[in-house]
Amino acid sequence: MQNKDISGFGKLTLGAGLAFLYVPILILIVYSFNASKLVTVWASFSTHWYGVLFNDDAVVSAFGLSLKIAFLSSAMSVVLGTIAGLVLARFGPFRGKSLFAGMLTAPMVMPEVITGLSMLLLFVELQQWFGFPAERGMLTIWVGHVTLCMAYVTVVIRSRLVEMDRSVEEAAMDLGARPFKIFFQITLPIIAPAIASSFLLAFTLSIDDLVITAFLSGPGSTTLPQLIFSRVRLGLNPEINALATMTVLVVTLLVVGANRMMVKAERRRARLAAA
Amino acid sequence: MMSRLLSLRDSREATARTARRSAWWQRALPRGQSLVTAIPYGWLLLFFLVPFLFVLQISFSDVEIASPPYRALLSRAEDVVSLVLNFGNYRYIFGDPLYFDAYLSSLYMAGVTTLICLVVGYPIAYTIARAPEAKRNTLLMLVMLPFWTSFLVRVYAWMGILDNEGLLNQALLSLGLIGEPLQLMHTQLSVQIVMVYAYLPFMILPLFSNLVKLDGRLLEASADLGCRPWQTFLRVTLPLSKNGVIAGSMLVFIPAVGEFVIPELVGTPESLMIGKVLWMEFFDNNNWPMAASVTIVMVALLIAPIVYLHKREEKALARAAQR
Repeated sequence: MQNKDISGFGKLTLGAGLAFLYVPILILIVYSFNASKLVTVWASFSTHWYGVLFNDDAVVSAFGLSLKIAFLSSAMSVVLGTIAGLVLARFGPFRGKSLFAGMLTAPMVMPEVITGLSMLLLFVELQQWFGFPAERGMLTIWVGHVTLCMAYVTVVIRSRLVEMDRSVEEAAMDLGARPFKIFFQITLPIIAPAIASSFLLAFTLSIDDLVITAFLSGPGSTTLPQLIFSRVRLGLNPEINALATMTVLVVTLLVVGANRMMVKAERRRARLAAA
Repeated sequence: MMSRLLSLRDSREATARTARRSAWWQRALPRGQSLVTAIPYGWLLLFFLVPFLFVLQISFSDVEIASPPYRALLSRAEDVVSLVLNFGNYRYIFGDPLYFDAYLSSLYMAGVTTLICLVVGYPIAYTIARAPEAKRNTLLMLVMLPFWTSFLVRVYAWMGILDNEGLLNQALLSLGLIGEPLQLMHTQLSVQIVMVYAYLPFMILPLFSNLVKLDGRLLEASADLGCRPWQTFLRVTLPLSKNGVIAGSMLVFIPAVGEFVIPELVGTPESLMIGKVLWMEFFDNNNWPMAASVTIVMVALLIAPIVYLHKREEKALARAAQR
């Protein structure tokens, strides 16, 4: 369904909607260049708070930990989520399949306080029984993030597998290729863009997570969202404006870049199909 | 046990059919499939489902000054194993207005958030879905970009606007619309605004993917048959987008009930939302059994909408797979 161009009413709606979405973020960015210590009172242009930010050891080390956890958990969740997507899209019905699919939907909508608390209680009980994990920290956070992110990865991979043209897979099967070979040589290259975008999605979910992390972290493992949260709780803080601006900048570059790559790949595919 | 649980029904039938002439690897295929399935299945059972059993167990316990700070349900004294269940936590939840009101106000806030997101999000999703294809992708990315940005950053952005000395008050004062600053921060209103802001993308995306599939010829037919635009909308567009409306509403409502960060940062101390109550019981009062009971009641409230959403999505996927 499409029109030649957006109607007047449509333009108004979009304008208002985008303003609602972006004005708060733009204000945040503008005031990160405020010289004043008072966030909401404009004094003069300054990059002072960026200097403060980059010399803040707590921020730097929390960011390092967040990056590490995000990388490790998105890698694992992409592996698990791709397998889960394959199971749901390609394997026939089996006993317990609906429970499996249900356990993949629930973490996405379940309030995070629930997921966080229940996982924490699991780890506490495990420690009682087996003495492992000895303490909460990076490992327990990683498990929590993987469980959350793999659900999202599964949705992306599964829908790609469902809409994918299966004739190539079938041809390979007819020619006697084994399932593992078909998956790694045919299916995987075809769904590679979906895998890349689900990695990006998992990465942003993990690096942004506060609530699950708060339950699963221990002393000495403070991630960036935890640090931001503990400072923001005390009120407005110009250094956080600078940090937030950096976040917005990095995410925007990543998402716009990934989007362009995908649009290009799409066009190339369309051209090849037309030729 | 695991492999029995996962044994693939139809592949097993297939194995039986081909048993006589089967090459060894043909039989190995279903086993291979169950092994592959067992990896994510096992992960989810251990780290998602089993934890709820522990939550349930601890919700019947009471606080003890120990590590971990709750009493074990089963105790053994002189070769007698005794099971002591404490229903006090649940009695508190249903008897004490603090908890009961927190549940009610969470459901209310989540409901209003869902409604506003629907009213605000529908026209946006509709406009993007009807935009020329060349612009559609860019517009959708623009709307979804804030979703990729940090949740905390988005909440924080509003703190500077809604503050007593914040930008909204400054603007209203300088325009002479108000004489003294309004109390915007730490009110129900501030929580409501920020919740709508934070959850709006979850409404727009499912609505968009539903509306983009709507056949434009139906709208033309409706117009040709004499319907005014609003009649076409009410009689054709809206009923056809029912699935998108339901999916979007569920995606907003369910997580919003348990929202913690927003009421904590911009909410009032008096009116509590249940996610914040859970957090406080756990982190501030160190009352793990109470936090567990609050969780169990919340799961009981949300399990029906979660299952409903899940069933609908599975049906939609099955239809898509057939096409």
